[in-house]
Amino acid sequence: MARVEDTLHDREVRQAGAMGEAGTLRDEEITVSDFTTELSERIPGVEFELEPEQEMLTVNMGPHHPATHGVLRLVVDLEGEVVKDLKPVIGYVHTGIEKSCETMQYWKVIPFVERMDYLSYFFNMQAYVGAVEQLTGLEVPRRAQWLRVLHMELNRIHSHLVWLGTTALDLGAMGVYFYCFRDRDRVLDTFEMSTGQRMHTRYFQIGGVAEDIPAGFEQKVRKLIEQLKTGIGQYEALLDKNEIFLIRTKDVGVVPKERLIDLGVTGPLLRAAGEPWDLRKEGGYLAYPELDFDVPVGTVGDGYDRYRVRLTEMRESLKIIEQILDGLPEGPWVADDRKYALPPRAELSTSMESLIHHFKLVTEGFRVEPGEVYNPIESPRGELGCFVMADGSSKPARVHFREPSFVNLQALADMTIGEYVADLIQTLAMLDPILGGIDR
Amino acid sequence: MPDAPGLELILAEINREHPGAVLDTSFDREQAALIIDPAKVVEVLTWLKESPGQEYTFLSSVHGADHFPLTPRFAVHYELLNRERYERLRVKAVIADPAKVMEVDGELLPVVPSVVELFPTADFQEREVYDFFGIVFEGHPDLRRILMPEDYVGWPQRRDFPVGGEPVIFTRDEVTNPGWWQ
Repeated sequence: MARVEDTLHDREVRQAGAMGEAGTLRDEEITVSDFTTELSERIPGVEFELEPEQEMLTVNMGPHHPATHGVLRLVVDLEGEVVKDLKPVIGYVHTGIEKSCETMQYWKVIPFVERMDYLSYFFNMQAYVGAVEQLTGLEVPRRAQWLRVLHMELNRIHSHLVWLGTTALDLGAMGVYFYCFRDRDRVLDTFEMSTGQRMHTRYFQIGGVAEDIPAGFEQKVRKLIEQLKTGIGQYEALLDKNEIFLIRTKDVGVVPKERLIDLGVTGPLLRAAGEPWDLRKEGGYLAYPELDFDVPVGTVGDGYDRYRVRLTEMRESLKIIEQILDGLPEGPWVADDRKYALPPRAELSTSMESLIHHFKLVTEGFRVEPGEVYNPIESPRGELGCFVMADGSSKPARVHFREPSFVNLQALADMTIGEYVADLIQTLAMLDPILGGIDR
Repeated sequence: MPDAPGLELILAEINREHPGAVLDTSFDREQAALIIDPAKVVEVLTWLKESPGQEYTFLSSVHGADHFPLTPRFAVHYELLNRERYERLRVKAVIADPAKVMEVDGELLPVVPSVVELFPTADFQEREVYDFFGIVFEGHPDLRRILMPEDYVGWPQRRDFPVGGEPVIFTRDEVTNPGWWQ
């Protein structure tokens, strides 16, 4: 009995012959029906039926799929191996944080918004806290600004490390994952030292930060910088010239930058396409205008550029952190406006005024004059904007987050349609979506 | 941000092209905003995007706002950005009564023209506003709920929508006390 493989092989040989003769591929010479007829002739008594080659197959990728980095469902129309249409279905971890914020006093919203994009909690805090500070006209002391930048840049490295580890895992590089999580844990250790928590630290206050950094923090961060420099070098050595990694990422998922801008894509994805757009440079919030750093950009905008841009960003973040450790200004770390910021604990036993302020702030919170503010910052994934509307009460009337993951996800269809389904995994990983942020 | 006089210049120029489109301006907390008629959203945003000298080519964010119990109640905000000059401008389409309405499942919902043609980034964000505020975007290619379940009833981000909870159903309670959660 003839084996099916033989038949397939024969067909390939014949097709190659047809190509060789005419110089072009003549598909019409061999059709599917020919193939099945031939099979039935060679293997009598068995009915062969092949699916027509042009049939579309709709596949649900997710919601529970390890490569979707969360609870994301992609409805993918496949023609053979090629993606013909893609629709993201989101909302599986929607928790109504924006609605819940409306029932909280301004200062109680902070731990809530931190938990949206769970890898960039310092950025969520800064977007919200900055908006409230602009609403109330509160000045942030210089030391607090620098401390905020220090923690945000450490957070950026932490976020990129998780991204790098999971992306490399998706592409089959198991070892990178472990190295990245080793370094990520070291970053979390520094957070634990300065804020008391590894994640969701609630470190930023309205008007400053919760407390000053402890003694020995600087040495710990300096040691961390050395370790991270070595670490980033190791990742580059593992991936930069890795043949599998190059084949999987080069020229995959390219979208021209004009289209990306139309789709509202920001952050490393846009920078990889060659557009040097970084709100830290353009917006100049907090201490960023005083610090010296570069904005890495790519040229092609494929997966490899996205990887390179993020890795270089980590190095630039280390540069910023070093400058902060060298020039951290002395002074108070929280505004001394007692109407908005809690008085120091020690004052409560000696000053009646402080006790009253403390009591009012904790029980009722502060009231904010009606108005609205949109405060954008550069998160690891792009423009993170927080819109806060005040109605004169002590609770916000509306808190809305412009999540970069949510907006960037719209570009996924443009990046993947017409490419192979295996590249979809790579493109999605390079997109770096955080479902906690998308669904809020 | 355009400063307060710059905002007045924009207002004067739009009024020349589209009279009656801009109802008011506001300059508050260093942020400039144009308050416009929702029927003219596409005209105003096209003008702001394409006319030389303005070129607000990037739409950062689209979000809804509910001013309940004040009237006019709903508004859709467009956060525009000029990337050359780094200027942000908020365009607020305030849906005044009597608004243009559309009947959806026996409920009258306010209608705002969609800007997806102009800014493709508004696709998901307009769906989100529809999902949470029940504002219909006319001309949107695929207006469905995005974050809430498809069969959800109600518009959760409206201010008169209660913050409720769902009872947590434990199977052990069901045995001893059937219907305990009711």
